[in-house]
Amino acid sequence: MSAASAVTVTDLCKRYGAVTALASLSFSLESGQVLGLLGGNGAGKTTTLAMLMGLLLPSAGSIQVLGEDFLRHRYRVLARINFSSPYVDLPHRLTVYENLRVYAGLYGVRRIGARIRELAADLDLGELLKRPYGRLSAGQKTRASLAKALINRPSLLLLDEPTASLDPDTADRLRTYLRDYQKTSGAAVVLASHNMLEVERLCDDIIMLRQGRLFDRGAPQMLIAKYGRETLEEVFLDMARGRSQI
Amino acid sequence: MGAMIERYVYLLKGSWPRIIELAYWPTMQIILWGFLSEYLVTHSSYLAQASGVLLAAALLWDVMFRGQLGVSVVFFEELYSRNLGHLFASPLRAYELACALFVISLLRTLIGSGMAALFAFWFYHFPIWSMGWVLWVFFMNLIVMGWAIGLVVAGLVLRYGLGAENLAWAAIFAIAPVSGIYYPISVLPPALQIVAHALPAAYVFTAMRALLFHHVILYRPLWKACALNVLYLALGLTIFLRTFHKARMHGRLLNLGE
Repeated sequence: MSAASAVTVTDLCKRYGAVTALASLSFSLESGQVLGLLGGNGAGKTTTLAMLMGLLLPSAGSIQVLGEDFLRHRYRVLARINFSSPYVDLPHRLTVYENLRVYAGLYGVRRIGARIRELAADLDLGELLKRPYGRLSAGQKTRASLAKALINRPSLLLLDEPTASLDPDTADRLRTYLRDYQKTSGAAVVLASHNMLEVERLCDDIIMLRQGRLFDRGAPQMLIAKYGRETLEEVFLDMARGRSQI
Repeated sequence: MGAMIERYVYLLKGSWPRIIELAYWPTMQIILWGFLSEYLVTHSSYLAQASGVLLAAALLWDVMFRGQLGVSVVFFEELYSRNLGHLFASPLRAYELACALFVISLLRTLIGSGMAALFAFWFYHFPIWSMGWVLWVFFMNLIVMGWAIGLVVAGLVLRYGLGAENLAWAAIFAIAPVSGIYYPISVLPPALQIVAHALPAAYVFTAMRALLFHHVILYRPLWKACALNVLYLALGLTIFLRTFHKARMHGRLLNLGE
């Protein structure tokens, strides 16, 4: 593991009885890089993200995160990680402000009020802070969830479909914001998305998963060239439909 | 842990019907038992010796009931809102969540049972605080037993999903008949007396009746209640933490919810 490595995963496996959700996945991610996880439903993206968050224990393999053995010393690094997913909600009855306060407390953030104001300005949440999270639209929830994901200025940011439910304009601004955050903070980002344009625009490197196994890995343009296609979406469709072989 | 307490206080103060509800059920119970007590006092020389015994029993039983709900139902809130994934991807540890649940359960019980105690005084001139410091020993023993049951229920829901949430209501009523709340456990069949002797609540209610009828403090049953509670709380925590570990193994922290 190099000094700047944010994540090093070695032979990571997850089995549920006879079913293998992820088989022997290895990769590393440098600080300041964005890694995309691509794959169809059930390919192992969420399983990989869940293990990087500590929500799921692997059946075998090792995970080094921010210089720590994550499986042995999870709590040493969790304060420096955060995530956003449209499939995991925040408490509905609490306002956006209350939710952000609670999570700022959980992550040990200092000067909580200032940090919330900063995020509210960046993510255009000012009008929503006093509204219960459960009464927000899907797009507003995505932005609130992203504010929660950035509340502790994470060194490792895990994003599952970060622009789901957003209109194209808001999604575009959010991608620009995420890219800026990643560049200025030097954070490593792992992104799982079905939006191929988003993956092409944000990711330095891509891992393609199929049926729980590593299918291919490389920079977006390299993969497009390698498979003789014009877009990443075409590469993805070839992989998903079994038209490509390594 | 402080952040989780803050989260539950937000939840509580954000809904005035919830605050009213905290006091509503204990108060209704006290009104019901209060009228029954008044009737019995005029028809029973035995009960006339301690007219507050039924009220005290109803109030203290409610402490255990509220204490248990304060842990299990508040924990269910995290499942209803599909929030467990966010919580446990943060540095929050499962035992810290359990401690936050204890604190919020204590707060909710003090609000609910406190209001009911005031009503008992206003309506029936029964000051439960006249029991003195022993009241707090009764209170703490009953609430801790409620916490232990609440942790086991929360653990079962983590294991089996929200389909098991009715256990929160069923568990406490299952042990009510053998806890000797309104009658001495000597009236129970021998087999159930053995069960009763394993319950801290049975010792608390025995001590309560001795205090109200005979004005004596029975230390021995109280020590037994304390010792059993230490055991049950440790057992409840172990089950809760163990099911958390299992939930991490099986990926349930991401999937559990409505």
